[in-house]
Formats: sequence, structure tokens, C-alpha cells
Amino acid sequence: MKGQTYLKNVVTLRLDVDKCTGCGLCAVVCPHRVFEIKDDKAVIVDRDGCMECGACSGNCPVEAIRVESGVGCAVAVFKWMLKGGEPNCDYCNRSDDAPS
Amino acid sequence: MAEKISNLSFVTQDGREVPRVPVELCWADRLGDWKARWGINRMRYSVEPGLYAVGNPDGGSVVLVSANYKLSFDALRKELGGLDGWIMVLDTKGINVWCSAAKGTFGTDEVVGRIGLVGLEEIVNHRRIIVPQLGAVGVAAHEVKSRSGFSVIYGPIRACDIIEFIKAGMKATEQMRQVCFSLYDRLVLVPVEFVNGVKYLIFAIAVFFILSGINAGGYSSDLAMKEGVRSAVNLFAAYFGGAVISQVLLPWLPGRSFSFKGFSVGLTVAAFLLLLKLTGGRLETIGWIFLIAAVSSFITMNFTGASTYTSLSGVKKEMRIAVPLQLTAAIIGAGMWMVSKFI
Repeated sequence: MKGQTYLKNVVTLRLDVDKCTGCGLCAVVCPHRVFEIKDDKAVIVDRDGCMECGACSGNCPVEAIRVESGVGCAVAVFKWMLKGGEPNCDYCNRSDDAPS
Repeated sequence: MAEKISNLSFVTQDGREVPRVPVELCWADRLGDWKARWGINRMRYSVEPGLYAVGNPDGGSVVLVSANYKLSFDALRKELGGLDGWIMVLDTKGINVWCSAAKGTFGTDEVVGRIGLVGLEEIVNHRRIIVPQLGAVGVAAHEVKSRSGFSVIYGPIRACDIIEFIKAGMKATEQMRQVCFSLYDRLVLVPVEFVNGVKYLIFAIAVFFILSGINAGGYSSDLAMKEGVRSAVNLFAAYFGGAVISQVLLPWLPGRSFSFKGFSVGLTVAAFLLLLKLTGGRLETIGWIFLIAAVSSFITMNFTGASTYTSLSGVKKEMRIAVPLQLTAAIIGAGMWMVSKFI
């Protein structure tokens, strides 16, 4: 969506084309249309659009996708720096950005 | 304690009574949804997990999976007019689909477990469930299939596209699969973002009120009242800039990082206050420019988590640069404000 691309060249998304079977589920679940299927293989067409949600890697049946998934939230990062663990949504009370 | 759903009736399937929910929201639903948007009762606004019916479903009807945040559940059922189907509500601890999927509560274990708990195999004669696309963050379709026998079909992101998706033979358009962050999406977030941080604003205003009385001759409570009002105006403007203006104007603000967008808004707000002669003397004015820019930048940066497109890697990178700058600007600004009291 116009004006809604975040920082360039930062995401940890990696695709192992050799493992990919072309099932297409990554392209289905990605909320930012980062993948397309071309010649029975997944292709990353918009790497900077990735928000590292992890839906693609979690649904890849052959583990061809790797991404260090997490929440892109400054508040979670602050809490993680203070308390350790990993940046996550525990204790967040806004939890409301999803429309469905 | 789960919310009661108004106007329930029942359908009987496989000898069991399943509660049927209306597809129209009543005024009590709307009031509850509105309150949740303002952060009132928000963390306890849930429905009982389990199986529900809409219309007159039978063994061949579709099964839609949802979260037990009442705002999510209501958003789904109000779009289901004319549909005969089942809704399987997961226990997501009263959190919406996307956030609970990120937390893992809307996940493979809960889906598989809930299929067993509601006895879905006896309710329907097919083996398909429609899971909202954003639930894919927590659900692995191939694992659900191997553990429960049910195939996961990922439905559209927005509930308003469900009927069209089903009519098209479980096919989603590209538009249905793309998350956006429209002006409306941002506007509905403004109340809760504003309310969430307001306690810090009130605290800051109180501190500035007290400190406003300090001057070269000691302490004056008259001065505290007079100067404190100016501080309150400037602090409120900084907060409003970060919590409201930045969010509404987000895509049109310069730069990609949220902290820079908020910084721009802060400078504009400060310029506006300067034009209205609300920033005090010369030194104090410079102090407010630093402070307002820092506060607005910080608050806008914290909006990354409510947005729909920021990555953790990106946020970490942004914060490594922005946080030291915000802190420095805030210290310089507060220092100048304090010094201006003595000259």
C-alpha cells in the first residue's frame, strides 16, 4: 500500500528455493503479498514489504522459509530490554490492530 | 467472565443443542464495542469459547474459526447475514485474531484441541475449517491436518469479505489477502492510543506545574500557576501531535521511520505554538521546540506496534538511532526550560 513500506533492507526473511515444492501456501498467508509462485517455485517479489510475522515459515510444510519472526513494536522492544526474554505482546492492552 | 450474547436461540445438530447467534448487533453490543475502543473493559471483553450457529446450518455447512474477543466475534457475525454456518470460537483469552496468533493462543494446539472439545467431527460431515488469514501467524495448516484430519482453508483477512469468498468457491482476490492500514483503520485506534498514555501526560503536567514556581528569587506559587498553564499547553500539544496527528497523517508524513514522522509533526506543532505566542521567552521557546519534537517522536515511534506493517528488525534498527536522539533532545529541552526560569 502506498506510503506504507517500512525501512529498506532490514528483514531476516530467507527462502531456500531448492527445498520449495511450490505449494503456494506462503503466497496465500502473507498479508503483504511478499511471495509469488513462478514456474512452480515461490519467489520473493517484495522483500521490504515483509513485516516478519512468521505466517509463511510456520505454514511451509518443507521448512524452506526462515524468518526471525517477532512483533514490530517499540513498546515490546522497550519491555524486552528491561525484562529480558524476547519482544512479545504479553501484557499489551491495545491488542486491537487486527480488523477481524 | 465472558459477556452474555443477546438474543440467543438454539439449533439442534446430532442430538446436541448449539447456541445460535443473531447476525445483527443490538445496542448493547454496539455500546460494548464502543467502550472497548476507548479502553473501557477492554481486557475482559470476551465471549465463551465453543461452537455457535448462524442461520440454519446442517452437517454440510461451513465452519468459520474465530477469536473470543467480543469485538472480533461481533465483527464476524454481523457480516454473516444469509449464511447458514458454524462458528468455532477459540479461547484466545479475549484477544483479537492477529494479536493472539502472534502470542500463540490462536494457534495449532488450540485449533486441534477445540475441534475435539466441540466434537466437530460429529457436527459436520466434511473435514474443512475456514481460518482467517491473519490466524496463519499462529496456525500451521499441515499440522492441523495431520493431527485432526481437518484441512485448513485460509479465508480472507477482513470479515466483510467472507460471504463473497465462500460464494466464489473459497477463492480470495488479491485485495482480500492484503492487509492495509487505511485512514479508518487508524482512526479507530486513536481513542485507545490517546487514553493509554494520558496518565503519563497528567504526571508530566503535574511535575511541570510544581517546577514552574521556581525562579531566581526562590519559589512562588503564583508563578507556578501562571507558568504552569503554559507548560500544560505545550505538553498537551506535544502529546496530541504524537498520539493523534501523527497517526492520522501517517502515510503522508516524510520518511519511513515512525520516529522521524513524529519528529516532523513535533516541529510543526512547536512552530504553530510559537506563532500563537504560547511558548514563552526566547530560551524557553527553544527548550519547548526540543521537548515537543522529542515527545512527539517518541510517542509516534510507539505506534509501530499498532501499525500493520512494521518488522521487528526494522523497529530495532530505528530505535538504535532514534532513542538516544530523543533522550538527548528531551534533556536539552528540559535543561533550557529550567535555565530560562533563572534569567
